[in-house]
Amino acid sequence: MDKIKVAILGPGNIGSDLMYKIMRSRRLKMEMMAGIVDSPGIRRAKSLGIRTTTDGIRPILDDPQIRIVFDSTGAKPHMEHAPLLEQAGKVAVDLTPAAIGPYVVPAVNIDDLADAPNLNMVTCGGQATVPIVHAIHRVAGARYAEIVACISSKSAGPGTRQNIDEFTRTTARALCVVGGAKRGKAIIILNPADPPLLMTDTVFVEVENPDEKAIRESVEDMLAAIQKYVPGYRLRVPPVIEENKVTTIIEVEGAGDFLPKYAGNLDIMTAAAAGVGEAIAARMQGR
Amino acid sequence: MSKANQSIRLVDTSLRDGSHAVSHQFTTREIATVAAGLDKAGVPFIEVSHGDGLGGSSINYGRSRLTDEEMLSAASAAINRGSLTVLLIPGIGTQEDLEMALNCGAKAVRVATHVTEADIAEQHIGLAKKMGMTAFGFLMMVHMRPPEVVVEQAKLFESYGADAVYLADSAGAMLPEDVRARVGAVVNALSIPVGYHAHANLGLAIANSLAAVESGASFLDGTCRGIGAGAGNAQLEVLIGVLEKAGYRTDVDFFAVMDVAEDIVGPLMHRPQEIRNASLILGYSGVYSSFLLHTYRAAEKYRLNPRDILIELGRREMVGGQEDMIISVAYELSQQREVSKNEAGYSDARSGHGKV
Repeated sequence: MDKIKVAILGPGNIGSDLMYKIMRSRRLKMEMMAGIVDSPGIRRAKSLGIRTTTDGIRPILDDPQIRIVFDSTGAKPHMEHAPLLEQAGKVAVDLTPAAIGPYVVPAVNIDDLADAPNLNMVTCGGQATVPIVHAIHRVAGARYAEIVACISSKSAGPGTRQNIDEFTRTTARALCVVGGAKRGKAIIILNPADPPLLMTDTVFVEVENPDEKAIRESVEDMLAAIQKYVPGYRLRVPPVIEENKVTTIIEVEGAGDFLPKYAGNLDIMTAAAAGVGEAIAARMQGR
Repeated sequence: MSKANQSIRLVDTSLRDGSHAVSHQFTTREIATVAAGLDKAGVPFIEVSHGDGLGGSSINYGRSRLTDEEMLSAASAAINRGSLTVLLIPGIGTQEDLEMALNCGAKAVRVATHVTEADIAEQHIGLAKKMGMTAFGFLMMVHMRPPEVVVEQAKLFESYGADAVYLADSAGAMLPEDVRARVGAVVNALSIPVGYHAHANLGLAIANSLAAVESGASFLDGTCRGIGAGAGNAQLEVLIGVLEKAGYRTDVDFFAVMDVAEDIVGPLMHRPQEIRNASLILGYSGVYSSFLLHTYRAAEKYRLNPRDILIELGRREMVGGQEDMIISVAYELSQQREVSKNEAGYSDARSGHGKV
């Protein structure tokens, strides 16, 4: 069956890394990279034989064969792109903080959302921790979930830095809306150690029913599901249970496609976005 | 320059850094009494927050007995002259928290980041200034970077509109010469006042504070009886006595602060604020002071020597707020111990870890 044609809006670091992941996909065809100026990202895509444009979203809208569009520009541009893409009948996968559509975390809720016209990728911390919260919640009932995300300073771009509250707010909300916790809290720490540290996330969950065996098995199952799209996702400390508190620590090593391996926080975003694209494509292909 | 003309502004952080030493269990009555005493003594800035700032109450840092609103309202009602001050660490607290603090009567905020990350604080400094608050930039763990980096980061705070910039020796790891180099460089490079926040892990809190003012700092932090994270902070009543003897003005009533320390803060402390081995290692290895009590708990759970956990945390260059990594390191050290036990058929609980 023919691959589903997709485009990326925003040829920055995230867009470029995503491009390499899509080029490996069995279901997605990397059809177009769109920017608004000539840039290293545009030139990189061109050198790989991909159609490029510096006319922004217009050439994407004009190509009816492009079915899925990944937007890695910014919250404001995405606000403009979202209605245009919907009118053109294209599914938008939003990697910006705009969050017009529902939050999607592929290992948890993609099956519920595959018909939505616009899906938001939450945050890197959300992609890394919501699945663990959900895995614990589905067997033990999560009253409260709290996560601490540590990323290397080098992997935190200006967007994250200028609006760090957006990370804590969005991630905390996703712990509840997607993870299932009644209440959520998120903390982010930037660490400048050199060589840079891998992304590390600690997940604390207070549960109704601290069944250690069920929790460990559920987390193991979830781990396997995530590793399908993020091979470098690992448990550093498997669920430790003290009374009704479950503590789990994970780390994420990036695939090193375009971004360095320590930037697991960015890798999990692009890998999850590609995973969302594949799930949507599978539905379009009718299988 | 005659010292008699040099005025040092004091920030008391007994009710914020001191919160670590009581595992964030201050009561409204304790907060009100301490704040009232400090205010009567003329302390210009009285900092009240969870030890990790607004929004710090959490599993990771320890839950507060009181909500942020309850703490701030209790303090605000007790303060007439001074400025109720809060700590905000972006990544933990948010702009919404700062708005709440303002509504509870906070007049000043210290926006704290790791020494290399000032640019995550631009929005928070901006909001504080927009709301009419006094805004301090607060660079933590300054021992981890050379003076030129500290200067570059302090300049960012100045460019965001901060009224003053603090250099915090959060690990109590600096020697007086380290303080002079950093404070002196920042004083020379900035046109706003510079402050210094000490920890006593190497027994140098007062000496380092003196070195800071000699290098041009005009704000200093202290806590009554030294109550604070790790081995505590510069002991406020001692600091005032020393500054007076050295010829500086503080405009704070020395005897009144001594009385608050002896009669109010002393009795509410959970333990004497002394330098024990683990806090000495905080200073020696450059580890964030508030890791101390969390490390004791992890050491007990995993049957480890706290020193081994702290040395490993220092080796990994952990920064403020990474209390969760204490669990990670303790778990990993205990796993290594199991492996070495099995390999060597040797069961000393202290073997197989603590490599320096």
